[in-house]
Amino acid sequence: MEILPNITIQHYLWLSTTLFALGVFGVLLRRNAILMFMCIELMLNAVNIALVAFSKVHGDTSGQVFVFFIMVVAAAEVAVGLAILMMLYRNLRTTDTDALNNLKG
Amino acid sequence: MKELLLTALLGIGILVLDILNLKKYVLPFILLALATLVGFIAADWGTIETPFGQTMLVYENGANLALGVFAVVLFFWFILSSSYFKQHEGKTDLYALVVFSFCGAGLLASFGNMAMLFLGVEILSIPVYVLAASKKHDLASNESGFKYFILGSVASAILLFGITLVYGATGSFDLAVISNFIQDGKDASIIMNVGITMILVGFLFKISAAPFHIWTPDVYQGAPTWITAFMSTIVKAAAMVALFKLFTGPFQFYVEANGYTIGVIAAVTLIASNTAALWQTDVKRMLAYSSISHAGFLLSTIIGNASLLSLLFYLLTYSIAGIIAFGVIKETQTLEGNPLKGLYRRNGVLAFAFTAALLSMAGIPPFSGFIAKYFVIAQLIEAKYFALVVVMIITSAIGAFYYLRASLNVYQHIENAGRIVLTPLIKWTYILLTALLVLLTVAAGYIHLL
Repeated sequence: MEILPNITIQHYLWLSTTLFALGVFGVLLRRNAILMFMCIELMLNAVNIALVAFSKVHGDTSGQVFVFFIMVVAAAEVAVGLAILMMLYRNLRTTDTDALNNLKG
Repeated sequence: MKELLLTALLGIGILVLDILNLKKYVLPFILLALATLVGFIAADWGTIETPFGQTMLVYENGANLALGVFAVVLFFWFILSSSYFKQHEGKTDLYALVVFSFCGAGLLASFGNMAMLFLGVEILSIPVYVLAASKKHDLASNESGFKYFILGSVASAILLFGITLVYGATGSFDLAVISNFIQDGKDASIIMNVGITMILVGFLFKISAAPFHIWTPDVYQGAPTWITAFMSTIVKAAAMVALFKLFTGPFQFYVEANGYTIGVIAAVTLIASNTAALWQTDVKRMLAYSSISHAGFLLSTIIGNASLLSLLFYLLTYSIAGIIAFGVIKETQTLEGNPLKGLYRRNGVLAFAFTAALLSMAGIPPFSGFIAKYFVIAQLIEAKYFALVVVMIITSAIGAFYYLRASLNVYQHIENAGRIVLTPLIKWTYILLTALLVLLTVAAGYIHLL
C-alpha cells in the first residue's frame, strides 16, 4: 500500500462492504437465476478484497492463503449451481425464478 | 486424522466400485467402513490428536464423540434407505455424495481453525445441493435444490464475511489465538462484534432458526424424502455442533453480552414453527416445521451453559426419531390419497415406529426426546432464562397436539388395506431404532460417567 499512501484499510473495508451489500440486495431483488448467481460471486469476491487488505495490515499471509480456498469453493459452488440451473431450464424453459412456485404449504 | 482420511477414501472407493462394476457390494462396503470409523473413535478415546503438529484440526473427546454420533446416525440411514436406492440408476453417485457431505460433518466436529470451519461448511453443503435436486425430471426436486443452493450460498457468504471481520480484528484464524485475544482483556472492537454476529446469522440459516427458516419447508418438501432425512439430521447436527463449539469456546464473551437476544431468537423460532406446523396438511412439511422447532431448542443450548454431551444427546435422539419418521413416510409414499391413514393395518412395525418417533419428538416419556428436552430446560432454568422456558413449555404443548394428531391418523380403521412388506433387515432396524429411543432414556442416567 506504499504506492497509494492515502488509501487506508478503511477504504478497502468500505469498498468490500459496499460490494457485499450490492451482492446481498442483488440476490434478494433480482428475479433472474443467472444474475442471482453473479450476485453470489460478487459477495464472495467482496470478501476476498477485505481478506487481502486485512492480511496486508496484519503482515500475515494466512489471509491471502484463505483467498485461494474461497476461490476453489466458489468455483465448486458455481459448477453445482449452473448444473442445477441447466436442469431447471430444461424442465421450465425459463430462468425466471417467479416460475418456481410449486412448493407451498 | 485417520477418521477423516477414512471417510474421504470411502467416498472415492464407492466411485471406484462403480467403475469396477461391483455395485452390489457398495452398501456392505459403506457399512463396514462406518463400523471401522466408530472403532477408530473408540480406540482414540481419551487422546488429543493434532495432525501435523498444527491446530487446523483438533481431535479431542468432544470432537470424536460428535463424529461418532454422526457415524451411527449415518449407519442407520444407509441401512434404512437401501430399499429406495436399490432401484436408483445413479445410486453409487448419490452414496458417494452423501459420504463426501459426511466428510464435511467430520471437519465441523473437529475444526480448530476458521479455514477448516469454512471448508467444513462448504463440503457439508455443496453435495447436499446436488442431492436435493437429484430427481432430474421432478420439478419439485429441482425447485428445492435451487432454493437450497441460493440460500445456502448466501448463508456461506455471510459466514465468510463474518470470519473475515474476526480475522481483521484479531489477526488470526486460529480458534486458540482468538480466545486468547479476548481473554487478554483486549477490547472486542465493533468489527469483532459485527463479525461474530454475521457468523451467527450464517449458522442460523444453516440450522434453520428464525428469522432465516423460510426456506426449510419448501426445501424439505421438494427434496427426495431420504435426502430430506439426511438434511434434517446429519447436516443440521453438524452445523449445530460447529455453532456450539464456536459460541461456547472463543465467542463465549459474545453470548454473555447478547444472551438475551439469542434467547429471543430461540423463542421466536419455537413460536413461529409450532404455530405454522398446526396448519400443515402435508406431513413432510409438518416435519420440516418440527425440525425448525427443534432448532429453537438446539440454539438455546448455547446460552444455557449446556455441555456438549447434552447437545449430542439431543441431536442423537432427534436424529433417530427423524430418520424413522422420514423413512416411514418414504415407505408409504407410493400409496394413493392419505398414505399414512390406517398404516397399522398395512404394517404394524412401521406404524409403531412412526408413533414412537413422533412421541419422542413431542418430548413424551418414556421416549428419550423427553430427557433431551429436560436437559436443555434444566440448564436454562439454572441460567435464569425463565421466560424462554415458559415459551418452550407452551410451544411443546402445541407441538404435542399436531404430533398426536398425526400419530392417531396412523391408527384409524380402513377397509381392505394392502400390506406393506419390508425385508427382515429393514424391519429389525426399525425395531432396533424404536428400542433405542427408549434405551437412550435409561442411558441418560449414566451420561455423567463419560
